Amino acid sequence: MSMSTHTPSSAADDNYLHHGRGLKSWLTTLDHKRIGVLYLISVLTSFFLGGLFAMLVRTELLTSGRTIMDANSYNQSFTLHGAIMIFLFIIPSIPAAFGNFVLPVMLGAKDVAFPRLNLASWYLYVVGAVFALVSILAGGVDTGWTFYTPYSTSTGGAVVWLTMGAFILGFSSIFTGLNFIVTIHKLRPAWMGWFKMPLFLWSLYATAIIQVLATPVLGITLVLLVLERTFGVGIFDPALGGDPVLYQHFFWFYSHPAVYIMILPAMGIISELVSVFSRKHIFGYRFIAYSSIAIAIFGFLVWGHHMFTSGQSGLANMIFSALTFSVSIPSAIKVFNWLTTMYKGSLRLDTPMLYVLSFLFLFTIGGLTGLFLGTLATDIHLHDTYFVVAHFHYVMMGGTLIAFLGGLHYWWPKMFGRMYSEKWGRTAAVMIFVGFNITFFTQFVMGSKGMPRRYYNYPPEFTIYHQISTYGSYLLAAGFVLIAVYLIASLFKGRPAPANPWGAGTMEWQCASPPPYYNFHAAPAEHDPYDFSHLRYDESIDGYLPAPGAQGS
Amino acid sequence: MARHSTHLAHHFDNATQQFESSKLGMWLFLATEILLFGGLFVAYTVYRANHPEIFVYAHHFLDKTLGGINTLVLICSSLTMALAVRAAQLGQRQRTVTLLAVTLLCAFAFLGIKYVEYKAKWEHGLLWGRHYQPALHDASAGAHQVPVLPAAPPQAAGDGSEASLIAPAAPAPVGLAPQATAPAPPAGKHEPPADLAAPKNVHIFFGIYFAMTGLHGIHVLAGMIAITWILRRARRGEFGPEYYTPVDLVGLYWHLVDLIWIYLFPLLYLIK
Repeated sequence: MSMSTHTPSSAADDNYLHHGRGLKSWLTTLDHKRIGVLYLISVLTSFFLGGLFAMLVRTELLTSGRTIMDANSYNQSFTLHGAIMIFLFIIPSIPAAFGNFVLPVMLGAKDVAFPRLNLASWYLYVVGAVFALVSILAGGVDTGWTFYTPYSTSTGGAVVWLTMGAFILGFSSIFTGLNFIVTIHKLRPAWMGWFKMPLFLWSLYATAIIQVLATPVLGITLVLLVLERTFGVGIFDPALGGDPVLYQHFFWFYSHPAVYIMILPAMGIISELVSVFSRKHIFGYRFIAYSSIAIAIFGFLVWGHHMFTSGQSGLANMIFSALTFSVSIPSAIKVFNWLTTMYKGSLRLDTPMLYVLSFLFLFTIGGLTGLFLGTLATDIHLHDTYFVVAHFHYVMMGGTLIAFLGGLHYWWPKMFGRMYSEKWGRTAAVMIFVGFNITFFTQFVMGSKGMPRRYYNYPPEFTIYHQISTYGSYLLAAGFVLIAVYLIASLFKGRPAPANPWGAGTMEWQCASPPPYYNFHAAPAEHDPYDFSHLRYDESIDGYLPAPGAQGS
Repeated sequence: MARHSTHLAHHFDNATQQFESSKLGMWLFLATEILLFGGLFVAYTVYRANHPEIFVYAHHFLDKTLGGINTLVLICSSLTMALAVRAAQLGQRQRTVTLLAVTLLCAFAFLGIKYVEYKAKWEHGLLWGRHYQPALHDASAGAHQVPVLPAAPPQAAGDGSEASLIAPAAPAPVGLAPQATAPAPPAGKHEPPADLAAPKNVHIFFGIYFAMTGLHGIHVLAGMIAITWILRRARRGEFGPEYYTPVDLVGLYWHLVDLIWIYLFPLLYLIK
């Protein structure tokens, strides 16, 4: 019984996009694919909003002193940029948008373990987003996305709205992670042992573990912050015998593992893409799988590296520094495995692969600069400077966002049944790569010369750096706008996509593009997701088909 | 039985897979609850390690008897809950309903006792942060005399920036005077011994006490809502050997709520 179709998706009227019409059918859906699309729209909207704030921040910094807003508005702008990007975009993005869509299909399953919980997690996301929007309108927040006490407990503004929004978003994240863990444990087909799973699923699993264990700590931290602010509990207030650094410990105990929530799924995407677009079996499967778990575990042990200058003991500083060095090792292992996968492979520089190459370059820089920050002697000078800002933009944006875009361009044909313009795809990828480096490499230089982060004013010697960085950000923004234009255009004018345009081996490419609402008539047979030998390119459909007589369909 | 097929969701192959998935999901949720409370336990640990005198002093204000009764009440409720799960497994509808009802009553009793305790704290000004005003409201409680807490001693010159913001005890109508030796404390269970001097920042204890027991109380309430829901379903005869999953899962949740209290009680009430 053949699972792949030879006909364009538009002929299949029972694909998930058309199965049940109207807004209500979407808002009450239990189909993981639709929930994935709902999330995709939501996170991209949030990205746009967070990006607007970024543009405001960078434009303000074109000149020292007032450019387009006063200092108070500036503080609110960078706070909301950070909070929106982190809580509303990066953390949910890959798991909720792509994980939801792809995870059950990669398992040959019909859905995640708890479809209603899945829909509930999206609704929680929306409610959290509403709270964040209300906070913008109800006075704004100027504490930075980290909400450090004692400022956050004593300043005016809508701190409670934003922190409670983050609290609600935390539950959205927890439910997604919980769902994924149970799905991977219980809904794998009988033949798919742990080490036969696609690596994207390993990364989602490791991410889910962090989501489930770390997010509740953020929850209680924000609750304590709100209690402190509204009822004056005193736990973080030095005047009442409290300890503001305790807040930092609580906050970073979640927020450091959170960055691994951000990067692990991105690394999972890279594992998939690098193999497909090198037409070569992934190298070091077990190393990559184990390193995902290692990152998840070690990520819980290093939170103190955000607090080297907080006054904690020298011993604590040394331990956290050493552990921070060790957490870089599993990430490096992955990078070497990906490079080795490419070595002597047959590279195809389609748009997704351009994002893979960007990722390898940008994430490596981001990771290496983390070592400067993890070293006590240098961190004294670099803490709270633009060096830190550049570092985390290289890993979060150059890492996660770039991988997200790679995944978006990879799975777009599958999700929507359309091919986008490859020419514009490559153009945008290059614009983003160039714009990104102009924007953020400059910030490494600025930071090492002493420019502090979150500052509204600066001495004249930094002006040139800020201006270069800002103009780079305009190029970056133009790249994103271009992506939006051609992707949306593809929905109306794009060539119908074949089931397997890239010649990939994971199971989602064995059903039509877009998939039927039930995913598969029958679960696909056992196969190696990184074995491409059984796929042949067919020019008539500009896609791949199982070779006649070959195993795996 | 028809019950089997109507309860099997379309994306599961068989009832066992569905049941095992549900259990795993609930255990993971319980793990998140443990991490949630974990933050508060860490705060407790940090403050008690750094200021044991606050905890030693302030825990006397808690009523060990009421706390002990609450502990027994919750343990009993866990027993009736476990028996209810068993009854549901065996399809014993009436027994399931009765046991769930008793569990619910125990939960009401727990919250009732907590209300009594909180009310007493409120009346005696034993609250968190700046609201810690232990000598106020004393007129309302005749036999319950709160011992005089001398005004916080003035700060040493070196750290004058940390002047205490705790108001000194106001003169109250029942013959208390600042700095007087306390009248012999009545034979009550909830005052510190007269010879124990009050340390600074006693309110920290109450901040932690109310945060921990308050969050726990919210979880008791949520559990009561869940128990009410499955009680109604049990009355409709929805549970039997083929399908008792909701009872099992609510039971797991309830046991965790009980377990958290079993940690809270000695940590807050039984310090000395």
